[in-house]
Amino acid sequence: MRAMVYRGPYRVRVEEKPMPRIEHPNDAIIRVTLAAICGSDLHLYHGMMPDTRVGTTFGHEFIGVVHEVGPSVQNLAVGDRVMVPFNVYCGSCYFCARGLYANCHNVNPNATAVGGIYGYSHTCGGYDGGQAEFVRVPFADVGPALIPEWLPDEDAVLLTDALATGYFGAQLGDIREGDTVAVFGAGPVGLYAARSAWLMGAGRVIVIDHIEERLEKARTFAYAETVNFTEHDDVVVHLKRTTGHLGADVAIDAVGAEADGNRTQHITATKLKLQGGSPVALNWAIDGVRKGGTVSVMGAYGPIFSAVKFGDALNKGLTLRMNQCHVKRQWPRLFEHLRNGYFTPSDIVTHRVPLEHIAEAYHMFSAKLDGCIKPLIVPDAG
Amino acid sequence: MPYTADKPVPPPSSDDLRRRIPGWGADLDPADRPAVPRERFDPGATGAHWELPEQQPQTGPRERSIEHGRLPPVFGTSVPLKGLSGAIRGLAYRRYSEGRAAHWLLLLAADRVDVLESAARSVATPRPDNPITQTGILSEPRRHGWSSRVGRGRADTGHHLIDPVIVGLPWAAAGGAAYAAIRMLRRVVGS
Repeated sequence: MRAMVYRGPYRVRVEEKPMPRIEHPNDAIIRVTLAAICGSDLHLYHGMMPDTRVGTTFGHEFIGVVHEVGPSVQNLAVGDRVMVPFNVYCGSCYFCARGLYANCHNVNPNATAVGGIYGYSHTCGGYDGGQAEFVRVPFADVGPALIPEWLPDEDAVLLTDALATGYFGAQLGDIREGDTVAVFGAGPVGLYAARSAWLMGAGRVIVIDHIEERLEKARTFAYAETVNFTEHDDVVVHLKRTTGHLGADVAIDAVGAEADGNRTQHITATKLKLQGGSPVALNWAIDGVRKGGTVSVMGAYGPIFSAVKFGDALNKGLTLRMNQCHVKRQWPRLFEHLRNGYFTPSDIVTHRVPLEHIAEAYHMFSAKLDGCIKPLIVPDAG
Repeated sequence: MPYTADKPVPPPSSDDLRRRIPGWGADLDPADRPAVPRERFDPGATGAHWELPEQQPQTGPRERSIEHGRLPPVFGTSVPLKGLSGAIRGLAYRRYSEGRAAHWLLLLAADRVDVLESAARSVATPRPDNPITQTGILSEPRRHGWSSRVGRGRADTGHHLIDPVIVGLPWAAAGGAAYAAIRMLRRVVGS
């Protein structure tokens, strides 16, 4: 089968790989019909995530058709169209039993601090991902769900991570009616978090980024006020001014490990790998939120230490909320919102790229060329 | 101003927001939010029909964190340990917990060794690594590389210049080493 393969930092290609096989009785093999590149895939692509092995196939956002099932699979049949959450999880461990699917303890030998994620290095379990023609999906009775008839494929694939994560991030903000919500980052997760903040009754939503076309999308898709941080000497001071010097009630970090805005932080983290991530957006969130406020962290960070301003968080009495998203828990409510027509997730998709052009897709998304906000990968585009 | 009790910049009215923004307030009640409360004990809700999943058969050695009490029932098998990078990774897993910086720094070092080993190994295959095509950089004109970056006020374009160095440095080092080796060989043969 054809699959995207990591060859080293900033280098990927498509290779012929052996077909994945059933390795556990509750495995399924899925023929991928649509995948996406996530912003967090760029941390792998840039060589930031420890134990990212040459030969790994990335991709934790994908949908497809069931091609084969293991002998103990009861809930899926060959030919079913399914959407697969990015979490690999067993459904029965201490954490899964409590709904913390992202923290499953039964799927990742390499680390106890993180669960299993498709195509996200051996630190996240060593599973190949879905930027390929076929993929192994463990615990087929637990993770995947049938795609509802009314749900277009391009919306379904966005529910497997980006939309669910943005919605989850807004919930972790514990937003109350009339709250001012500052969202750092106008990538897909930030746009969805901003759009979701309104569902929870936000009074103002302010999105901060430096890419103009993304800020434009924040205005049109997420109805947000926008701030281009390059136009201000100090974005924290600007945020304070626009909120009457109070600060936002809730701040959401939807940037994560590769944040720009402070060259020292960025280069030590992303180029020299001396930090788990560049916590520029996180520090802005800590400093830009009001005392007693809540910071929700959705941006992904590596497992090594990062220079985060915990002193300010302590002195301001902040609540810091974070986790990887428990994707399937979000779906029933998100289905209701989509059926009610509140928004269309695929409105943020900018590019559809055949799998064979994967190197181009990664470069374009990584360097933010051609107005790219969300690229989808089409495995059978010929 | 926050120097008095009221919120300094009052938000628009909820009625106005409801009129303007589709779905405004649909999840106003925290009870409607699927992530609330954080933990919900409901083991029957996941679709799992086992108390402990069957153990995935092991077809070879499988490294694991020493913070685990056992090999978890299911694990990925995408790229087994091999070569010098595999030995470094094995050491990181055997010796250091996830709480130790040495664990992660060894894994990062192994990643760099892996890239060099894999590039060297690829030379002996019909399809050696190609640092140009694999970076996707040839798509720059088609994807408007210049106009996407220049005059846009972006904060990230400065360090884009470092990226080719990161990609090119190992190749330059390998080329230099090969050149030095050939020169040394010539000297030995010539003497």
